[in-house]
Amino acid sequence: MNRARSAAVLEAPAAKDFKSSYKPIWCPGCGDFSVLSSLTKALAMLGLRPENVAVVSGIGCSSRIPAYTTCYGFHGVHGRALATAAGLKLARPELTVVVTGGDGDGYSIGGNHFLHACRRNVDLTYVVMDNHVYGMTKGQPSPTTEPDWDSKLAPGGTGLRTFHPLVIALAAGANFVARTFSGDPNGTADIIAQAIRTPGFSFVEVLSPCVTYRPEQREWKKAVRPAPVAQTDDPARAVRRIMTDDGFNIGVLYSGARKPFQPPIGAGKATAADLERDFAL
Amino acid sequence: MAPTVAGSKPARSLSLAIAGSGGAGVMTAGNMLLEAAARAGLYGLMVRISGPQIRGGEAGALLRFAPQPVESLDDHFDVLIALDWQGVHRLAPEIPLGPHSLIIVDSAQGTPPEAYVRGAARCVELAMKNLSKSVPGSWPNMIALGIAAALLGLPAEAVDAVVKKSLKETSSGSVAASLAAVAAGRAAASDIGASFTLARSAQSAPRWLITGNEAAGLGAIRGGVRFVAAYPITPATEILEWMAPALAQVGGLLVQAEDELASINMVIGASYGGVPALTATAGPGLSLMTEALGLAVAAEVPVVVVDVMRGGPSTGIPAKTEQSDIAIALNGLHGDAPRVVLAPNSIADCIVTTQWAVHLAESLQVPVIVLSDQFMGQSCAVIDASPAVTFTGARLSAAAGTENYRRYADHASGVSPMAIPGTAGLAYTADGLEHDEFGIPSSQAADHHAQLAKRSRKLALADYGPLWADVEGDGDIAVITLGSSTGPVREAVAAARSRGVPARMISIRLLAPPRPAEFASALDGARRVLVVEQNGGAQLYRYLRSQYDMPGDVRSLARPGPLAIRPSEVCRALTQWGNA
Amino acid sequence: MTARRSSPSKPSASGAAAHKAARTSRRGSGTRKPGIATVAELMTHAYAMEAEAAERYAEFADAMEAHNNPEVAELFRKLARIEHLHGEQVLQAMGWATPPPHRGDFRWLGTEAPESGERGELHYLMHPYHALRIAHQNEQRAFDFFGRVARSAGNAAVRKAAAEIEEEEREHVHLIEEWLKRTPQPPSDWAFDPDPPTGVT
Repeated sequence: MNRARSAAVLEAPAAKDFKSSYKPIWCPGCGDFSVLSSLTKALAMLGLRPENVAVVSGIGCSSRIPAYTTCYGFHGVHGRALATAAGLKLARPELTVVVTGGDGDGYSIGGNHFLHACRRNVDLTYVVMDNHVYGMTKGQPSPTTEPDWDSKLAPGGTGLRTFHPLVIALAAGANFVARTFSGDPNGTADIIAQAIRTPGFSFVEVLSPCVTYRPEQREWKKAVRPAPVAQTDDPARAVRRIMTDDGFNIGVLYSGARKPFQPPIGAGKATAADLERDFAL
Repeated sequence: MAPTVAGSKPARSLSLAIAGSGGAGVMTAGNMLLEAAARAGLYGLMVRISGPQIRGGEAGALLRFAPQPVESLDDHFDVLIALDWQGVHRLAPEIPLGPHSLIIVDSAQGTPPEAYVRGAARCVELAMKNLSKSVPGSWPNMIALGIAAALLGLPAEAVDAVVKKSLKETSSGSVAASLAAVAAGRAAASDIGASFTLARSAQSAPRWLITGNEAAGLGAIRGGVRFVAAYPITPATEILEWMAPALAQVGGLLVQAEDELASINMVIGASYGGVPALTATAGPGLSLMTEALGLAVAAEVPVVVVDVMRGGPSTGIPAKTEQSDIAIALNGLHGDAPRVVLAPNSIADCIVTTQWAVHLAESLQVPVIVLSDQFMGQSCAVIDASPAVTFTGARLSAAAGTENYRRYADHASGVSPMAIPGTAGLAYTADGLEHDEFGIPSSQAADHHAQLAKRSRKLALADYGPLWADVEGDGDIAVITLGSSTGPVREAVAAARSRGVPARMISIRLLAPPRPAEFASALDGARRVLVVEQNGGAQLYRYLRSQYDMPGDVRSLARPGPLAIRPSEVCRALTQWGNA
Repeated sequence: MTARRSSPSKPSASGAAAHKAARTSRRGSGTRKPGIATVAELMTHAYAMEAEAAERYAEFADAMEAHNNPEVAELFRKLARIEHLHGEQVLQAMGWATPPPHRGDFRWLGTEAPESGERGELHYLMHPYHALRIAHQNEQRAFDFFGRVARSAGNAAVRKAAAEIEEEEREHVHLIEEWLKRTPQPPSDWAFDPDPPTGVT
C-alpha cells in the first residue's frame, strides 16, 4: 500500500498524511515537488480522507504523482488518464477523482481525451504540470514548446505554433479554468482546492519548470504575475483574456456553472431476469 | 445452457431466402416469418445480408427452420423468393441453390441470371408487385411473407399475430392491408404446388427470439456487469443498443466514449473502482485497445472485451463474418501478457460464455476477450429460454483492516486480494509499470520474474470446468473448431458418421490459457485432426500447433469469409480423408 | 545554529487566546494583509516557519539521497534537525503542548514561509556549499521578515518580540556565513556530468 506515515485511523488528515513514504525520483529542483505539496495541502484543506480520493495519471514525470500520495492511485498508459478517471468517477461518483499529468501526456497523445473531457464535464479535477517538454524521454518538444526551441528531434525548433490549452479547454466546455505556478505552492494549493470544490470538469494548468531540459525556466518566477482581473463566469470574456495573455497570468481565469455529467448509477432496481422479457415470445 | 444437438443433422430442415432491394422490406418480412415460425413451434435462424448502402441497397433474409435448434446455414437454399433482381446478383454467392431448389421470381422486377438458376429445380413466376398493388396500402414483402408462410405450412393465426404485433405502432390501415397482403400471398402460393411442412416441436419449454449481440449483453448483465463504455462499430453496435436501456434498468450505466481508446480505459477505470465493466467492439477497435489490455494484465484489473469479429484485415468487410481475430486475441499484447480468450459457439452460447467471461475476469483479475462474430452477433435465432446459471466465486476484495496490505502479494494461487477505493488503510497505486508486491514500480529481476509468474500461474491454476470445450462423439478423426464454425462442423460430423467415417468434434470455448491435460484427454484415441476455421491464415491451426502436442496427421481447413462455411465442404474433407 | 530561541519578554498568551487571536483574512489579490496583531500570532508564524523549513530540508535531503548525493543529503538532514529544534523551542517558550492551530493566513512577505528553501535552487550535483547558500538565503529572509514586523507592527509587544527574534535570526545568518567560510567552494565545473541524461519511460 502507499505506506502512510501512520497505520492508525487518521482523524482529519493533515497535508503530510496525504504524502506516502515513497520518495519521488524527480530531479532535484523539479517543479513537481511543489505540485505534490500543493495537492496534498489542498486535499487536507478540503477535509478529505485519502481512501476517498483517487489520483489518476498517465505517463511522464508528473504522472508519477499517484504513488507519492496515500490516496488510491492509478498509473495508466500514456495519454489516457482522463478516460480512466472518467470511468472511475462515473462508476463511483462518491469518490473525489483528481487527474494528473504533463503537457505531452495531456495535450499530445491525450489531446482527444482532453477535448472530450472538457465537453463531457464529468466532475473531475485535471492538474497538468506544464514544462513545455517531454522530460522522461530525454527532452523532445511538446505541444506547448516554443517554435524555435532547438532539440534533437527538431533541430532549430519545430516551427509549429504552440497549443493553447486554456483556450481549448474553454472552447471545449471546461467549467473551471485556472493557471498557477509551482513556485507559489500555497497559491497553487488554494486554486487546486477551489478547482476540486467546483463541480464539473476543472482544469488547472501549473507552470512547473523542468530543471534538466529547460533550465531557462528558472526565469519563470520573474515572468509570472497575478492575473490583472478577477475571474469571470463569462466564457467569451475569459477566452478573449486568455487568448491575449502572454501565458504568465496566474489565477482562476474562468469559473462557470455547468451542471456536471453524472448519469444516475445504482438507481435502477430491475434484475437480469426482468430483462428476459425482451426475448420471450 | 442451451441444449446442443449432439452429432445429428436436423432430420429435416427448410432453408428459405427472401431477397430484394431499394426499400423492399426484406428484413422485416424475414423477421416476421421467423417469429411466426417460432410461435408455431419451430426453431429457426435468420441471417441478414446486404449491400454497403445504409438504406435501399440489396438485401437478403436467409432463414432456416427445423424442429430442433438451428445453429448453421445449410448447403443450399430450398426456396428463394426474389422480390426483384436489382443488385441482388451481388448477394447470389451467399444464397447457393441446389438441384431441388425453388425460385419464386417476379419477372417484371428483374430476373436472376441463367448461370445462377442453372441447377435449380424450378423457377416459378409470381407477379408479387402487381399482387400487392391489388391490395391497396400493402407492400410486396407482405406478399412474400404470405407465400413463405404457406410453403412452411405455418398456421394463419401465428402469422397474423406477428403482423399485428409488429405493425401496431403504425396506422391500423396498414395493419389491415398487410394482413390482406399476407392472405393474398398465401393464396397465390397454393398455385405453386410445393410444400415444405416441418414437424413441430412439443413446445414444452419457453423459447426466446434473440440475436447473438443481445445474448452477449444479457450474459454480461447476468454476470454482474454494471458499467459499459463503448464506441459504435459494425457489427458490435447492437450490443450497446440493447445494453444502454437494459443497464439503466438494473442500476448500471452505459456511456458512449469518443473512441475505443477512451472506451477501454474508462472501463478499466470503472473496474479499478470495483464495478464489473465491459466494452464491445470489432477487429479495428480491438487493435486500438491492445495497449490498454496490456495495462489491465499488468495492473491486474478485471475487464471484458467482446470482439464481434468481421472481415479483416484493417477496415476489411465490416458487415460480413470471419474468424480472423484469433491471432490478435491470443498474441496481440506486447510483453508476456497472459489473458483469457473465450469463443462462444452459438447464438445461445453467447449468453453463458459472456457471463462466464465476466466471472473469469472478476475472479482472476484479468482481461477476458470474448470472440463472437458477425454471423452470431447479427443473426437472430429461436432458442430455448436460457436458464440462469450461477458461477461461484467473484472478485477477491481485500478486507478493511488488513495489516501491511500488499496488493500484488505473491500468493500460491496467483490471485491477490484487490482493495476497492473507499476502503481505509488499503490505498495502493495500480500500475502498468512492473512492480513489487506493494505495487511500487520496480525494475528488479526478482520482482519482474515473480510478478510474471504470478500472473501466469493464476490462469494456469484456475479450474475452468467442463465449459472449456464441447467434446462430442468419438472416433479416429477429431475435428477441432470454434465459434460459429461449430454449427456446420457438427452437421458435417453427423453426416460423415452416417457415411461410415467415425469422427468427433471438439469446439473449443476456452482458447487461452491453453489446457494441455484436457486437450490431450479430448484427443485421446484420435489419430487424425482436422482444424476448421473461417480465416485465411489458419490462425487456430497455428495456435494449436504452437501450444499442444497433436497426434499423427493434422490438417487445416481454413477458409476466410465472407461466405459461410457449409456443412458439405467440411463433410467432403472428412470423407475424403476418412476413406483415404 | 544552536542558539536557543528565547521567550519573548511578555508572558505568553494562553493556548485558548492563541486560537482566538488567529484572525481569518482572505488572501485576495490587491488586498493589503493586516499586520500581525498579537505575540501569539507572531509565535504562530515563528513556529510555522520552522516546521515548514524542517519539512522542506527533509524533502531536499530525500531528493539528494535519491540522486546519490549523500554528503549534501546529510547536510540537509542536519539543517532539518536544527529547524525542528527551533520549532520545539518556540513551543516551549510559549508553553504550547501542541503546534498552534492556524487558518493558513500567514503574512509572509513572499509566497512561502521565509525559511523554506526555494526548490528550484537544487541540483543533483550540488555541493555542500550550495546547500549552505540556500540556508543562508533562508535565514536572511527570516531576518528580513522579523525585521519588518519589528518596525511596522502596530502592537508594541509584537514589535519587541519580533525584534528579539530578528536578533536571533541575525545570529543564524552569521553562523551560516561562518559555516560557509569553512566550507570549500565548489570547482567551476561542479555541474559537469560526462553522462547524458537517460530516458526512463
